[in-house]
Amino acid sequence: METLYVICVGVMTFCGVFLCLRGRTFSVVVGLTMLSYAVNLFLFSSGRLSLDGAAILGMAEEYADPLPQALTLTAIVIGFAMIAFVVILAIRARADLGNDFVDGRDPPDSDKLVKPNRGKA
Amino acid sequence: MMIHLPILPILIPMIGGLLLLLPPFAGPRRFKSRRAAAIALCVAQVVCAIYLVMTVLSDGGIMYAVGDWQPPFGIILYADQIAAMLILLTSFLGLCVTLYACAGTDVQGKYFHPLIQFQLLGIYGAFLTNDLFNLFVFFEVLLIASYALLVHAGGKQRTAASVHYVILNLIGSSLFLFALGTLYGITGTLNIADMALRIPHLSESNQLIAQAGGSLLLIVFGLKSAMLPLHFWLPKTYAAATAPVAALFAIMTKVGVYCIFRVYTVIYGEQAGGLANMIEPWIWPLAIVSIAIGTIGALASTNLRMLAGNLVIVSVGTLLIAFALRTPEATAAGMLYLVHSTLITAALFLIADMLGQQRGRALDFFVVARKIKQHTLLGIMFLIAAMTVAGLPPFSGFLGKLVILQSATGSDHVIWVWSMILVSSLVTIVALSRAGTSLFWRYASTNDASDENNVSKWQLSGALLLLIASPAIALFGNTIVEYTNSAAQQLHDIPYLIEAMNLEGGTQ
Repeated sequence: METLYVICVGVMTFCGVFLCLRGRTFSVVVGLTMLSYAVNLFLFSSGRLSLDGAAILGMAEEYADPLPQALTLTAIVIGFAMIAFVVILAIRARADLGNDFVDGRDPPDSDKLVKPNRGKA
Repeated sequence: MMIHLPILPILIPMIGGLLLLLPPFAGPRRFKSRRAAAIALCVAQVVCAIYLVMTVLSDGGIMYAVGDWQPPFGIILYADQIAAMLILLTSFLGLCVTLYACAGTDVQGKYFHPLIQFQLLGIYGAFLTNDLFNLFVFFEVLLIASYALLVHAGGKQRTAASVHYVILNLIGSSLFLFALGTLYGITGTLNIADMALRIPHLSESNQLIAQAGGSLLLIVFGLKSAMLPLHFWLPKTYAAATAPVAALFAIMTKVGVYCIFRVYTVIYGEQAGGLANMIEPWIWPLAIVSIAIGTIGALASTNLRMLAGNLVIVSVGTLLIAFALRTPEATAAGMLYLVHSTLITAALFLIADMLGQQRGRALDFFVVARKIKQHTLLGIMFLIAAMTVAGLPPFSGFLGKLVILQSATGSDHVIWVWSMILVSSLVTIVALSRAGTSLFWRYASTNDASDENNVSKWQLSGALLLLIASPAIALFGNTIVEYTNSAAQQLHDIPYLIEAMNLEGGTQ
């Protein structure tokens, strides 16, 4: 179970970081969402993974650490609010700046990326 | 009431800020009552902060268990001398900023005053808390208020700067949570004092993980405090924000620096066994290069706000040097410098705004423009601010830099510290004289300035309060140096902290 969990968190973090490094706000927002999901999972696992454990003493043979669950809940709430804010901000930036690049302008060499004779015989 | 004193600085802006959203104060028409209430709230915070400083001075650090959940399980607020001093500084800055904003900035968008209150709430909380996750929560409170304040009054540049600022800080928050998860997984606690007790007893392999967590935390605090190489967002963001907001942001970088002082003195300090002073070798080069980059940026700035933003980076570098010396004397010097640099950079942002108002479309850019109407008044204010920030006597900048230079004597890095701080001061003087010359003495002879508005009384009162504080610090230098000395002793005295938390018997 640990291995699967670790791979999940790792892959999600990787995707999040990769998307955050993109140039357009949409992929960055998706990247931030991925990153916050990954961090929620990671926080949850910081109290060790256990099956059939109740968070309240006396409810089960084994008990799970309740604190990471509280931390994860807080992190979910805060992360959700922040993502909502950044979505609105990205839409506002699209309207104000006229494009959806994080830098607020087209990359200076974007026209060089496409060869001028492309599509011609 | 007495026992609830440490939580009052958090409660006053929280409840007050919420009240400002309700009918007697809400709405575009009722801005007068909103202003009165906001100023009253700020005054209440200053009074409360002074009382807190007095109490802490006479009784020592106060531990406050929220909901009476005792450490290490509950969330603990801990007001020691440094926290109390910084709360006083923040509340004073909040008062000046609110006064300045009453000149009209606050009605350029909705909810200015409530947001300022929430921002202050987050900053107080970050200073007071003794729990790492709680620190994260207060960081988020101050950040989300700052996101909204940054786009206050709208405009293209603000939106563009805001996108960078928000995205960077969201990534920072994620890293903060990764670091917290790592540290909690290893030590099983979030209480800073309790963590300090447990770090030395970790096994070899767990120490590595704790080191990784601590290094991640350094990235987060470095991002907040604009430490090199995480400083690129700062000049643009501060230049884009409205003047009162930029002035309030002057304390935000100091929150990051304070967290570095707190976490890496208490948790990873001298007593931390294998991890003792683990980030010190990193901080040295970063601090020195921060000063260099900030100084070069100051020379290259094209307007006064950008210049002030770069001076913030220089001050962060100087503070990091004070941290890297790792002695109580250096910490005390750093705290004194922190108070001075916060006040004076805030004043510079306000002065830049007032200058910009009277120069038409040239704003505060260093170009030939019309003559400033109130050039004597604003010129004197700029001169005082420039002398203070460059560290010339008789103002507080001189005292601040002097104590840092003194505390460096005897250290191995003394040559670096002295040469870097002194050369940077000299270059700062050059940059500021160039700024002053082109702002005040080079103007187009044709344009008549008489149609400009005078700066309002609100603006003057806010900026003057900040400026007066600087000679006042120099005047009462002895008292303040004594205070910061004992405050630094208290910060470095880990057994005292653990005793104040009643932790000794419980966890060992």
